[in-house]
Amino acid sequence: MLSVRGLQVSIGPARPVDGIDLDVGAGEVLGIVGESGSGKSLTLRALLRLLPPTVHTTGDVSWQGIDLLALPEAKMRAIRGGEIAMVFQEPMSALNPVLTIGLQITESITIHSGLRGAAARDRAAALLDQVGIPDARRRLSNYPHEFSGGMRQRAMIAAALAGGPKLLLADEPTTALDVTIQDQILKLLLRLKGELAMSVVIVTHDLGVVAGTCDRVVVLYAGRVMESGPVDAVFGRPAHAYTLGLLRSLPGAARAHSRLGGIPGTPPDPRALPPGCRFAPRCSFAIDACRAADPALVPVGPERLSACIRADIVQAAA
Amino acid sequence: MSASITPRAFAFPRPATLIGIAILLLFAACAVIPGAIAPYPPDAFDFTALLKPPSWVHPFGTDNFGRDILSRTIWASRIDLQIAIFCTLFPALFGTFVGSVLGYVGGWPDAVFRRIVDVFITIPFLVIVIAIVAVLGPGLLNMYIAVSAVNWIIYARLMRGEVQAQSQRDYAAAGRVMGYGPARIIFRHLLPNAIAPILVYWMTDMALEILLGSSLGYLGLGAQPPESEWGVLIADGKNFMNTAWWMSIFPGIAIVLAGTGFSLVGDGVAGWLRRRQ
Repeated sequence: MLSVRGLQVSIGPARPVDGIDLDVGAGEVLGIVGESGSGKSLTLRALLRLLPPTVHTTGDVSWQGIDLLALPEAKMRAIRGGEIAMVFQEPMSALNPVLTIGLQITESITIHSGLRGAAARDRAAALLDQVGIPDARRRLSNYPHEFSGGMRQRAMIAAALAGGPKLLLADEPTTALDVTIQDQILKLLLRLKGELAMSVVIVTHDLGVVAGTCDRVVVLYAGRVMESGPVDAVFGRPAHAYTLGLLRSLPGAARAHSRLGGIPGTPPDPRALPPGCRFAPRCSFAIDACRAADPALVPVGPERLSACIRADIVQAAA
Repeated sequence: MSASITPRAFAFPRPATLIGIAILLLFAACAVIPGAIAPYPPDAFDFTALLKPPSWVHPFGTDNFGRDILSRTIWASRIDLQIAIFCTLFPALFGTFVGSVLGYVGGWPDAVFRRIVDVFITIPFLVIVIAIVAVLGPGLLNMYIAVSAVNWIIYARLMRGEVQAQSQRDYAAAGRVMGYGPARIIFRHLLPNAIAPILVYWMTDMALEILLGSSLGYLGLGAQPPESEWGVLIADGKNFMNTAWWMSIFPGIAIVLAGTGFSLVGDGVAGWLRRRQ
């Protein structure tokens, strides 16, 4: 449904997103993982053209055959919220503090479906009910500050669903929430995906979220795709040294009391990238060839791609 | 139920705010029904009582034509409150509109506006207004035009900053994600969140404009005699300052009182908005 080729986002001389390819199929849940600054949030915003005009976006973003980057702004507006919706990390700041929850949901309904008045209000109550907010009809007249964090996130999801989108982009949807609430929100997203026949893209730095919810995963580092493939295969037997490093830095119950792996160093400054593979300076598998040339993203198995010239050795070590 | 349900509590205004409201109500009454409050007509000459000091018959004394100063001060509220409203209404509305659009749109229109602001803030406000009134000719209407032509910039600058700050917030981006157009985002989502400083400044500005209107009236550029306006009344009394201090003092007190009233209410509005956030 969504196919992205060679997406680049440039801010001045820096290129924090540098040639990313993504594919999202119908009914699929795609996870995008990476550290802070890997370009994951920028990628999502670039898809919907939400970045300020000083930021330059190039590449090919094809949504059901439509080139989103070339679409006139007026038509883009109909896509936003209508076909592709997005939920944000901070449900408190993403809801307008001075409007009631009901108004914010009905507004989106009115714009995208043309329902008005009582009909729009009924639909808003149904949406709130669908995202698991009890006593939905009465809750419509509440303000965001009267909701708890988890309920705000649910309300934001309801507002995002108002236009009946076919693709939901979720930017760190659970990062600001308690662990118990995180699980509820993820289950809710999966349930809604099934009920509404949507595709979902979840951007997160939490590998656990990806493992629990996603079908496929794309691992980003310094604006490039490091590895992609089915979640089980990628996490079970990573074919990129960076993915392996990420997995090893997870505290696991099985490895309690053993030292956490972690990855030494910090991600590179996008204005001063190292030569060759961007991960090489922090990589324990790096050889001279890694630093000599930028590795290409090549198939390493069924539906799997990796940009690591030492994929075999990494897989053997995993 | 996990969410706390706070009742939208009505906070009773503080004493200072109540005093401000009382003062403004007093002046409003004077402005609406001066005939019922003032003991004499404002322009009734009484050549048997020229320049009389305050007494039970004339609590604020009389002027050089025997007109009752109390009555003239009361009738002047009508013009001075008009000044407070007409000098601020257009600037507040237009400035808010322009400021919110510029704050959201940014880019070159915003840069041009900032240069205009730079120019205007280097020249004292009163000088610009006097220059415009001098060109258009003295009188209340021309004063409204002159003040409005300049004053909206202050509101626009205030609003621009607020909207710019608000537009960085996620809910602005969320509005765009919902497919909302710029006008809807600016006026329905950003403006209500950014309006508080404008409301507070509006109150303060009304006091400032009464002062300005009185200054211009005093200089003979605003309200024209025989209209009674506080600044005009003070100017009338300036030649008698040594012998009949009451001619200027009481209209002066009225200006101070009105200014205090607007300031107290402005503080009250600011406090109320802060508690509501």
